This record gives sequence, C-alpha cells and structure tokens, in this order.
Amino acid sequence: MTDVINPPIEGTGFIPPPAVPVEPETHGHEEHGPTGILKWLTTTDHKVIGLSYMITSLALFYLAGMMALVMRLQLTSPSGSVVSFQQYNELFTMHGSLMLYLFAGPFAFGGLANYIVPLQVGAPDMAFPRLNALSYWLFLSGSVTMLLGFFVAGGAADFGWVAYAPLSNATNSPGAGADLWIMAIALTGFSAIFTGVNLVATIFYLRAPGMTMFRMPIFTWNMLVTAILILIAFPVLTGALIMLFADRHFGTHIYEVTGCMTTASPGHPAVADPNACGVPVLWQNLFWFFGHPEVYILALPYFGIVTEVLPVFSRKPVFGYKGMVFATMSIAALSTGVWAHHMFTTGVVLLPFFSLLSFAIAVPTGIKFFNWIGTMWHGQLRLSAAMLFCIGFLFAFLMGGATGVMLASPPLDFFTHDTYFVVAHFHQVLFGTAVFAGFAGIYYWYPKMFGRMLDERLGKWHFWLTFVGFWLTFLPQYELGLKGMPRRVASYPADLGWQSWNVVSTVGAFVIAAGFAVLLVNLWISWRNPVPAGSNPWDAHTLEWFTTSPPPHHNYTHLPPIRSERPTWDYNHPDTPTIHHGPSGNGHGPGGSGHRTGDGSGAAPSGAALQPPVGSS
Amino acid sequence: MALAIPFVAGGCQLPNFLAYKGATTQAQDSFKLWQGFFITGLVVVGVVFLLILWAVLRYRRRSDEMPRQTQYHTVVEIVYTVVPILIVAVLFVFTFITENNVDSVSASPAVVVNVTAFQWGWKFQYPHDGGIVVQGIETQTPQMVVPTGETVRIYLRSADVVHGWYVPEFNFSRYALPGVTNQFDINVTHPGVFRGQCTQFCGLYHSLMLFSVRAVPSAQFASWVHQQEQTSQSGNSIATLKQKAAQGGYG
Repeated sequence: MTDVINPPIEGTGFIPPPAVPVEPETHGHEEHGPTGILKWLTTTDHKVIGLSYMITSLALFYLAGMMALVMRLQLTSPSGSVVSFQQYNELFTMHGSLMLYLFAGPFAFGGLANYIVPLQVGAPDMAFPRLNALSYWLFLSGSVTMLLGFFVAGGAADFGWVAYAPLSNATNSPGAGADLWIMAIALTGFSAIFTGVNLVATIFYLRAPGMTMFRMPIFTWNMLVTAILILIAFPVLTGALIMLFADRHFGTHIYEVTGCMTTASPGHPAVADPNACGVPVLWQNLFWFFGHPEVYILALPYFGIVTEVLPVFSRKPVFGYKGMVFATMSIAALSTGVWAHHMFTTGVVLLPFFSLLSFAIAVPTGIKFFNWIGTMWHGQLRLSAAMLFCIGFLFAFLMGGATGVMLASPPLDFFTHDTYFVVAHFHQVLFGTAVFAGFAGIYYWYPKMFGRMLDERLGKWHFWLTFVGFWLTFLPQYELGLKGMPRRVASYPADLGWQSWNVVSTVGAFVIAAGFAVLLVNLWISWRNPVPAGSNPWDAHTLEWFTTSPPPHHNYTHLPPIRSERPTWDYNHPDTPTIHHGPSGNGHGPGGSGHRTGDGSGAAPSGAALQPPVGSS
Repeated sequence: MALAIPFVAGGCQLPNFLAYKGATTQAQDSFKLWQGFFITGLVVVGVVFLLILWAVLRYRRRSDEMPRQTQYHTVVEIVYTVVPILIVAVLFVFTFITENNVDSVSASPAVVVNVTAFQWGWKFQYPHDGGIVVQGIETQTPQMVVPTGETVRIYLRSADVVHGWYVPEFNFSRYALPGVTNQFDINVTHPGVFRGQCTQFCGLYHSLMLFSVRAVPSAQFASWVHQQEQTSQSGNSIATLKQKAAQGGYG
C-alpha cells in the first residue's frame, strides 16, 4: 500500500482528502529472498535489471568504441596496415552491430526506461517482472553470442550491420560468425519485444492515482511511443532473419537469384528469370521497414532524456508539452513509412512518396527543437554536466538533422549515398542522441540510482573533450564524402588528398576516447569517495525525485498528490505552479525559498491513503 | 529558401559548397539543387543555432529569482509548426523537378553500355558498337569510354552481390542489384577522365573495386571503337574474371 501525502500548505485552495492512519511496518516493501550473486541472478526488481542492462550495454559501448579507434587508425594512411581487409570488414560490422543493436537501444529502453519509467509513473515495478528478467537474460546471451563470432573459424560477421542479401548468404559469407550474428540479433530482438510489451503494460495500467496520460513526464511518453514502435518493427526484423537463416541452411531462395539466371550470350548478359528467382531487394525492404523505425527507437528515448534535463536545469516546465507529445506521435507514425529512403539508389522504389514522407518528418522534429529552445527561454540555466551534454546534443542533432533533410532528397542522396557524407550524418544524429543525450541521462539520474553524486568538474571535462572530439571527427567526414570517399573501405587511393582529413578525423576520435576515460575516472571517484546526493539534488520536477536515492524496494512508501506533470516540483514549490496559457498571467511568484527534500521527512504525512493500482508485493 | 530560389533559378555564380559542379547535364541539375538545399540549410541552421546560443548565454543563471513558469504560447507554437511545413514543401517541389530531370531516359540514346559489376571488378560492354568489351579487376582498373555531348544509356547489372556504380563528378550513383537491370542516361558535357568506385559494400576487396570513365569527343570515340574492334574479342566471362580476381595480387 502506498500513501499519498499532501503538502501542508495554507491558502493554495487545495483540500486534502481525509487522513487514513498508516503503519509503515506493514507495507511489505522490504526485500526478501537470496542475497549476493544469487540475488542478482534471480532478481525481478526493475531497478536491478535496469542497472544490469545499463552496465552491460555501456561495456559494449566502450568495446565498440575501441573498434572504432582501430578503424580510424587504419584510415590514417591510404593503405593502412593496422588490420587486414578481412579484419577491417569484421570490425565495422561489429562496431555498427554493437552500437545499434546492443548499446543505443538496450541502454535506453532496457536500461534507463526500465529503471525510470516505473518510478516516473509511481509504480512499484514493471507490469511483468519475470518477463523483464527474461528480457535481460536474452539480451545478455545475445550480446555474448554476437561477440563469440570473433572466436570461430572465419571470424565474426563481415557484411555490415545491415547484412544485405545476397552478400550475407551461405556462398558469400560461409562462416559460423554470420550465423552467430543472426542468432544474436534474433535473441536481442525478442528481448526488445518483451521489454516493449512490458513498458506498454506498465504505462497503461500501473500509473499512480492522479497520473493521467497528460501528466506523464515526456520521458515516459517517449518510452511509450518507443515501445509501440518496437512492437511494430522488431517482429519484422526477426521474420527477415529467420528467412535469411533458411536461405543459408535450408536451401530456400527467398533472397537469392543464384541458379535462376538465363544463359549469357554475346551482347546479352545473363539476366534473372523472374519465375524462378528470389528477390534480393526484399531483404532491404524488410530490413529497412525495421531499420527506419529503429532509428527512432534509438532516438525517441534520448529526446525524452533531453526533455527531462532541460526543464530541470532551466527551472521551468517543458515548453509546449502537449505539442511535444503529438510531435513524438507523428514522428513515430511517419517513421513507419519512410524506410525506402535508405534505398533511393536501388532504382526500384517510388522516389517521390518516400522523399515526401521523409521531408515531413522534419516538421515534428523541428517542433521539438523549438520546444527545447522555448523551455530554456527566460529560464535560469544551471550549466551542469547533464545540462551541457543536452546543449551538446542540440548542436549535434541540429547539424545531423539538417544533413538528414538533404539526404531525403533523392537527387542529392544519389551522390552522397554510401559515402562518408552519410557516415558523418548518422554519427551526428546517433552520437548526438545516444552519446550526448545518453550521458546527460547518466549525469542526471546517477544520483538517484546510487545515492551519490558524480563530480561536476570531471563531468565538464568529459563533456568538453567529447564535444570538441565530436566535431573534429565528423565534420571532415562530410567533406570526404562529398569528394567521393565511399564508406566501409579499408583503403583508399593515395592521390586524392583524402589522407589529411582522415588524420584529423582520427585525432578527433582519440579526443572523444579521452573524454570517455574521464568518465571512468569520475565513476571510480564516486565509488571510492561517495558524496551523498539526497533524494532531490537538482530540485527536479518528476515523481522519481520524491523517493529516496536509491529508491527502496518497490519504490515508494508514499506519494505526493499528482496534479500536473511536475508533482515533485508542485510539492516543493506550491507557490509557483505552471502557467498554462499565453504570455499574460499572474503566477509569477518569488519562490526559491528552499525546497524540502522530497522523501517526506519533515513533512507531516497527512496520509491520504489512495490505493495504487497494484497491491503490495 | 526564399533567398535561395532566385539565385538558383537565375543561375548566378554561387560557391560550390564542397560539392562537384558536375560533369554531366544531370549532375549539373543535381548540383543546382544542392546549392539551394545548402543555402536553405545554412539559413535554418544559422537561425536555430543562434536561438540556442542566445538562450544558453542570455539565460544563464544569474540569481535565485524564480523564472515565470510559462508552458504554452499558442501563436509561437503555430508559427514554428507552419514555417517548417512551408520550407519542406518548397524543398520537395524542387526535389521533384530535379529528380525527374536526372532520372529521365531518352528514347534514342547515341551509345549503349551494358555495365556488369562483380566481385571485384567491372565489365563494360558496347552492344551497338561491335560488342566490344572493356573489363578489369582490382589489380587492373577498367576504363569506360563515352562520347561527350551525347546521350549514353547505361544498363546496370550485377553478377553476384549488390554493388554501387558511383562517379563522384557525375553526382550520381546507382545500385547494381542481382536480378534487376537498372537503366539511366548520362550526358557528359566535357572531355576528361572521371574516377569511379563501387559504393555499396560487396565483400573482401570492396575498397579496390575501382573504375574510371574517359569522356572524349564523338569523333575520337568512333576511332576508339574502331581500334577496339580490331584488338579486343568478346572478353572473358565473368566467371573467368572472378577467378582471376580471386587469384589476384591481393591476399
């Protein structure tokens, strides 16, 4: 049973519900069961699972980052000899696969969302805790499966993270590494689907009393939309992978034309006999039908993080909250109809349709930008590490978004497709979201998760090194792409003047790496010399900052009244509520009179006991 | 964008904005579109960049005063929804026009080239010019020869996996898809040698899958064809070439 407590504030016009006696000892929130490693292995606590997800995916992020450094070293000279062609091909395949399938997605929807969403809606856990545990173990086994590719004969998968057929068939990629790659993505795909189910159920059914849909924090909103996109996209990928596996091992020809070509004669090259053939481009259609929603599955959670951090460090509510929710929904809806903009140069897709829808996605994305700027406008900005990472995200995503609009135009895509221009574009977008916004999330929620602070000074070093390295790495790649350097090349002609920009890019990559070394130092220091965080170190807005840091088993012993999307802020600043409409208004209060800690200590628990939708454990 | 249209339509001398001006009529169309997009991008990114920078610098925390807790402003919200819609609508119209020009194919091309991409090389075959063949693998980059000022039709096929036919200075690339014959026209405007490369990752020696296009005046092209007819046969089969490529100097 969870209690709702009301702020003992006079003159707010709020009448507390009748008090009901509370006996904290009878809540049943205490932990029980095994301890130590057995506890971790058997846990169904969303916080432990969320942390496991985050730690695993961050380890994979560092690993994939090191692969990037090796590739950058290879490219510092036109015919680099750091790795062989074969090794290079394995490295970029695994770098992309780790970053996209095992880091950016799972860190957000398996890690942060798992930890934060139940807290933000005032729930004691996810809706299906055991399914949640299964998700994590599938994810971990998928990750291990993928890495095992390096240890089998023939090496890891080497056909790029997109595995275009027929390069990925048994003839062209015969090794077990390719099969492990397929299995790994199928496993993590199921993990994502189960997490998606869990998030949707949690958000629809486990919200605390008063937490209506339009009082949910934007992060939770974005996770709901992300989860729905997962349920649309991942089953298609899993189906496509099963067919690829069948092509490789069971003799089907779903993506293959081999064996169905007509005989060549002078002047008439062999062509496919359409009645006897599979369709290679079917793989591309299926893959990108997953792949483009996937881009937003990777982006929306991070947009959500930014939308949590910016208001808190601007001391203002989210500007245009409802517009932002609808923008998120339109991005998700449009993202299911733009997949073929990855296929403009195939010659077999309807260019105007996919071009128009891709342009259209710029509109809700633009709305979000103005929401974020509007949130900062007339605020009182505290430039903490979390806030700096968010601002870094805004600049990175602005540039990545602008080049994305260029790529939505088929004639421009024709000469930038598969060049370093595209590499620069999607790194600006994905690095902007998963790294800048992702690490904003880490600096923001770390105190909540561990009850201790990260060092702000080191955090700022981390930010500035990452920010400078980011532009050094990726701006030269636009120029390289426009001059014609294709992506996924282990060597390049020496006489084209590409080397100098490649060297700059490599230097930038190592500056980024230095930034991430600082993060490790920071984590180490906070581990060795903890600085207690308290329950609400940032004077934050949302429900998770009301409970202790870290939250107890089953999260809450009592809740504040939820009357807006900022219940903790309302509780701490009852005299400065959100002004809902227009520039005119009179809600301008002095405020700043020192906020109470949100865990209720010091506030008399008047204890209006509203039964939450789920009972005690 | 409003700024960009008259410039582009008027064909004014604008900077290259890092891209190639283009060596074909199609490429020059795309290049003009690039200029329009680049200028639009500069304006939009510039405005938003300044807004962010202003917000960060101007509203840095200076006191403990509580900011107004404003959440909505209907007029501003309508403006920042409608303006992007108008911008992308204009961008789409120009995209659509350029795309039709770039992708249109002539009913009577002067020269036809059958291009076959394979791991890891190219075969260029001229069916209407005596069936002459130019081919090459990683260790001997093949050169495709075309006349300037005339329409060259390219039929693009793949013998194995997906490849990409890409000539940076033509501002164009197109996949060679197994089971599909892609076709497009190029009208090269001036003589020169233009480097080309496979852009779609196609396996081990993808980065060595180079070719070049040499554009020469029509008369010179005719004599080149004549000379080739004397010397070259119908060429090796793709299978033989692939075998040679597999035994090639790289390993």
